[in-house]
Amino acid sequence: MRILVCVKRVPLTGGKMVLTADEQALETRHLGFTISPHEECGVEEAVRLVENHGGEVTVLTLGPAEAEEQIRDSLANGGDRGVHLVTGDEEWDPQATAAVIVSTVQAEESAGGGFDLIVFGNESADGGNYQVGIRVAYALGRPVATGLKGLSVEDGRVRCEQEVPGGRDIYELPLPAVVSVLEGINLPRYPSVPAKLRARSKPVESSTPERPEPKLEKVRLVVPPGQGKQAEILGNGPDAAPRVVEIMREIGVAG
Amino acid sequence: MSVLVMVEPGEELSLQAISLARDLGSPLHALAIGRPGTELGAYGVETLHVVEDDRLSAYAPAAWAACLEQLLDRLSPTAVVAAGTNRGNEVLGHLAARRDLPFAANVIAVGSDDGVTRVRWGGSLLEEARIHAELKLLTVAPHMVEASTVNGGQAQVEGFEPDLAEEDLVVRVVEHAETPSAGISLAEAKVVVSGGRGVGSADGFGMLEELAGLLNAAVGCSRVVTMAGWRPHTDQVGQTGTKVAPDLYIACGISGATQHIAGCKGAKKILAINSDAEAPILSSADYAVIGDLAEIVPAITEELRKAQS
Repeated sequence: MRILVCVKRVPLTGGKMVLTADEQALETRHLGFTISPHEECGVEEAVRLVENHGGEVTVLTLGPAEAEEQIRDSLANGGDRGVHLVTGDEEWDPQATAAVIVSTVQAEESAGGGFDLIVFGNESADGGNYQVGIRVAYALGRPVATGLKGLSVEDGRVRCEQEVPGGRDIYELPLPAVVSVLEGINLPRYPSVPAKLRARSKPVESSTPERPEPKLEKVRLVVPPGQGKQAEILGNGPDAAPRVVEIMREIGVAG
Repeated sequence: MSVLVMVEPGEELSLQAISLARDLGSPLHALAIGRPGTELGAYGVETLHVVEDDRLSAYAPAAWAACLEQLLDRLSPTAVVAAGTNRGNEVLGHLAARRDLPFAANVIAVGSDDGVTRVRWGGSLLEEARIHAELKLLTVAPHMVEASTVNGGQAQVEGFEPDLAEEDLVVRVVEHAETPSAGISLAEAKVVVSGGRGVGSADGFGMLEELAGLLNAAVGCSRVVTMAGWRPHTDQVGQTGTKVAPDLYIACGISGATQHIAGCKGAKKILAINSDAEAPILSSADYAVIGDLAEIVPAITEELRKAQS
């Protein structure tokens, strides 16, 4: 199987959201970065499918030069090669993101053969737009299922499982297909040191696409009100237990 | 200028979506695949278009989007709105792709002109954005807009027969597997006892379970805990886990990263048990006990046992 996984570099936010002075982004000077959680599981799922069925995993990201770190992390976890669409500091809206992924997929496929499966995270941790995978699927004329907690491939079809209240809904899509997954579909492996070293020499192709004007335009970010209330300290150590039970009684949950 | 709302039968969040849609224009049209069960006129819906079609007895996202798309031609609305549910976001994503239009997910307010306010980071951050399109597509973030009634009469109900292509039915639910319920569900529990890194190990959750047993509570955990393999992902509370809304949320050894707060801020009250009086969780909590949770949690359990006997 040839699988493409799309990942996004996002900051590891701590306990507080702090914005840059121009209100266009999070202040990330003191933050680390990671692969958006759903997509981290997407990489793991793709790697497992290829471990079972043979093939190759290509990891694609649209992001700043530093996002190569997230490609290398994905390669350390079993990806074979990377494609880095290098951006500046400005965000790309979902339509532009999908469009550049589509043209990249088309170029990749005419050079190296079709992807049986294209894997996305259901939504990115930061933007939360819920749509890039669907747009890519339509542009390529492929079926798409979203929000998946289970994937298996057999006889040219992918069986997709979605958690719904009380159980699971099952979809069966003919390949090639596009899917978006949720965290919890698997527990991503932790890369070994040799795997990290090997990842350094795996191929990563980069290009610098032009950013179109956004149709969903970010004007500014706002920290919602309510951050920064202060808890009432009920006490220190086990001596606080009676007061805690009193509070439980007040709330009406003490049983 | 009319507005079209997609209503999911039996979905309360659809009523919140209708309430926000009223700010976008009138008359209000609604589309439901199957009978919605609620009288929507009270919420301001003038006409309800109902699709009753055997081919749609199982959910098929592209076909739902096709129904919306065909109504666009008939009604020429200025906006299409749905609830920010899994299906709402999925179907509007399909509609956006079919028409190559921008789509703003999880909106909490609409302004004049093209402006909307939407949530990012699972609600930890807001974005003011502009939708540059004649036809605005948006979903409404869950539990951020109140479902409110207006002085409306009954909605006029009209049958709508969509023209569905074979390709719109390729992706559909072919099977539903029931999962036997295991105890109290996290999403519906009145009390949640949740543990983070500070619990120290998988075994450490034993004392949380004991306390939860006395409180009829569900046990939850932070993302650090699931990534360490101490608890299954189904127990995870947070932006990428379950969102909970109990009367009391007890956060044991949880630092309070925004990713976690996004999942528990719906709690009426939060009690933090933490060794660090400076932990970020204290600025989201109502109450806190400072100290070693391995001593505090059993002490609460003991005290509660005395009180209950």
